[in-house]
Amino acid sequence: MAQNIWVVAEQWRGQATDATFELLALGRELADGLGTSLETVLFGHGVGDLAGEFGASDTVLAADHPAFAVPTAEAFGAALASLVKERQPRCVLVPLTNVLWDALGILPAELDGPFINFCQDVRVSQGRIEADCLLYGGKMRATVVPTGDGAVFGLASGVRPPDQGRVDRTPTVEAVAPAVPTSLRVQFKDFHEPEAADVDITQQDVLVAVGRGIQTQDNVELAEELATALGGATCASRPVIDQGWLPLARQVGKSGATVKPKLYIAAGISGAPEHTEGMKDAELIIAINTDPEAPIFGVAHYGIVEDATDVLPALTESLAAMKE
Amino acid sequence: MKILVLLKMVPDVVEELEVGPDGTSLDLEFQRLIVSESDDHALEQALILKDRHGGTVTALALDQPDIDDVLFTALAKGVDRAVKVTETDTALTSRSTGTVIAQTLPAVPDLLPVDLIVTGCQAIDDLDGQVAPLVANALGLPYLGLVTGVAAEPDADRATITKEYAGGVRGVFEVPLPALLGLQVAEKPPRYVPVAKVRAAMKSAQIAAVPAAGEPVATRIDVLDMAKPESASHAEMLEGSPEEMAAKLGELLAARGLV
Ligand SMILES: Cc1cc2nc3c(=O)[nH]c(=O)nc-3n(C[C@H](O)[C@H](O)[C@H](O)COP(=O)(O)OP(=O)(O)OC[C@H]3O[C@@H](n4cnc5c(N)ncnc54)[C@H](O)[C@@H]3O)c2cc1C
Ligand SMILES: Nc1ncnc2c1ncn2[C@@H]1O[C@H](COP(=O)(O)O)[C@@H](O)[C@H]1O
Repeated sequence: MAQNIWVVAEQWRGQATDATFELLALGRELADGLGTSLETVLFGHGVGDLAGEFGASDTVLAADHPAFAVPTAEAFGAALASLVKERQPRCVLVPLTNVLWDALGILPAELDGPFINFCQDVRVSQGRIEADCLLYGGKMRATVVPTGDGAVFGLASGVRPPDQGRVDRTPTVEAVAPAVPTSLRVQFKDFHEPEAADVDITQQDVLVAVGRGIQTQDNVELAEELATALGGATCASRPVIDQGWLPLARQVGKSGATVKPKLYIAAGISGAPEHTEGMKDAELIIAINTDPEAPIFGVAHYGIVEDATDVLPALTESLAAMKE
Repeated sequence: MKILVLLKMVPDVVEELEVGPDGTSLDLEFQRLIVSESDDHALEQALILKDRHGGTVTALALDQPDIDDVLFTALAKGVDRAVKVTETDTALTSRSTGTVIAQTLPAVPDLLPVDLIVTGCQAIDDLDGQVAPLVANALGLPYLGLVTGVAAEPDADRATITKEYAGGVRGVFEVPLPALLGLQVAEKPPRYVPVAKVRAAMKSAQIAAVPAAGEPVATRIDVLDMAKPESASHAEMLEGSPEEMAAKLGELLAARGLV
C-alpha cells in the first residue's frame, strides 16, 4: 500500500484557492510526521499549469476533463473515489467548501473507508491520525480517530495559514486518467453573479453585524443607527439574509463575503464555524450575545452577555454623548 | 409531481449543551430538539413545487423524541402524507442513517418512485453529514447539494437547479428527474403555521409507522472525547448595565481611534 497523504486541490475559475494551500501546509505536516509522501490531486479542465504552485507536495496527480471544470458528485466525486480505490492513500484531505461540496459528499457513498467531516485540525498522534471536529454550530468539539485506512477528512477553512502551503519548489507531475461516466446526468450550465451591491462590505472599516438574535426586521434598524454613528455599514449572518431582512451582498461567511474590517460588532450571532470563517481576522471583534457559551466569544476580543436590542442603542447613544 | 422530503430533529444550540456520561456524545436527556433548519427549507421548497405543479408531498423521518410534532406540523403546512420509520438504532451516524433510509424507502407502501427527493443540505449533529448523497447513490439518483432554487419541468422529467457558491455566486445546473436535492435555502422563507392548525392536523391526520429495513453499517470512526471547545483565546467580558457597558465600549473605541 502506498500510504501517501493526499490533498485534493480546489480551484475556482482557474485559480488555486487559499483552502488548497491551507491543506497543503497541513498535509506536509502529516506526511513528515508519518514519514511518507504528500500528493496533490488536481482535477480540472485546462488548469494543468496550477500544478507548479503545489510545491509543498512531492507529486501532483493531474487529470484533465471537461466534466471536472465545475466539480460535481457524479463526475469529479466518482472519479476521485476510483482513484482512491486504485492508489489507496493513507488519507485524503478535502477542503469542505461550497465548490467541492458535492464531490466530497459523495465519497462515503463510493468508498468503504472512514469519513470524518467538519475537521478543524488533523494531526499525527502516537503514529495514528487524529482529528478535532466542531459540531452543534461550534458549541462542541469531538476528537476522533478513523478505525481504518483510506480515511477521508473534510476540513474547515483556516486550518493553517495559506502561505505556509505556498512552497517554491517544483513537484513531480503525473498525469492520471480516472474513469468518468460517458453520459453525465448533472450538467453545469452557467454561473450567476450576485446583483451589484449598494455597499461593498469587504471595503468597510467598521461593520455592525446582526444575527438571528436581533429577532425582527425592525430591530435591524438599531444596527443601522450604530453603523451610521460609527461611519460603517451593516452586514449579517445567514438567517437574517434568508429572511430577506438585508440583501444577499451583506452576508458574511462561507457562502457570503470574507471581511477584515478594523471593527466588527457581532450582535445576536452565535458564531457557527460557517460564519466565523468570514470574519475571524477582523482587527477588533466585539460580540453581544445573551448566551455566555456562544462560540462567538471564542473569536471575539470583547464580549457582552446582554440583549443586543438594549446594547446597540445604548452604544449609539454613548457615542453621540462622546461627540458632544 | 410526487415529492419526498426527509426531516430530522437536532439539538437547539441556542440552549446550553452538555456532554453525556460516556464523555463522547451529547447528553440528550434534557436537550430541546428542533427541526433541522435546512430541513424546514427542504419542506418549504417541496410545498412551493406542489403549489406550482400539483401532485403530492410525503414527509418521512426516522423516529426521534417529539418527531410526531414535526410531522404533524408538516401535515398542517400542506404535506399529504407523513411516515415515521420506527425500530431504528438511535445512535446512528449519517452513514448508517443514510443506509437505513435508502433500504427502508422501497418498503414504504405506495411511495417509490418519486420525481424528487428533497433533504436538508446538512445537519449540525453528526461527524459526517452525508445522508443526502448516501441515499441518492443507493437509489441510483443524481445528487446536488447546497441547492437554493428548483425550476422543475415535470412533463419533461427535467429540472434546472440553482446551487450556492461563495460570495453570492450561484451555479445553474440541469438534471433529469428523478433526482435528490440537498436544500440549503428555499426560494422563500419557510411558511409559518399557526398552532391551531397543527392541533387540527393531530386530530384529522395520521402518521404512518413503517419499521426500518436493512442492517446498520459500521461507521469506522471512534470518538475519543467530546467537550466544549477550549479556544486559544477568549473574549474579555464586560460587566455592568447595558449603559455602563456601552460607555466602556465607547471609551475602548475612542482609545483605538475608531470614533
Ligand atoms: C454550507 C453552509 C454555508 C453556510 N454559510 C454561511 C454564511 O455564509 N454565513 C453565515 O452566517 N452562516 C452560514 N451558514 C449557517 C451557519 O451554520 C449558522 O447556521 C448561522 O451562521 C447561524 O446564524 P446566527 O448566528 O445568526 O443564528 P443562531 O445560530 O440561531 O444564533 C443566534 C444567536 O443569537 C443569540 N441571541 C438570541 N437572542 C438574543 C438577544 N436578544 N440579544 C443578543 N443575542 C441573542 C443566541 O444566544 C444565539 O447565539 C452556512 C451553513 C452551511 C451548512
Ligand atoms: N434521521 C433522519 N430522518 C430523516 N431524514 C434525515 C435523518 N437524518 C438525516 N436526514 C436527512 O438528511 C439531511 C442531511 O442530514 P445529515 O447528513 O445528517 O447532515 C437532513 O437534513 C435530512 O433531510
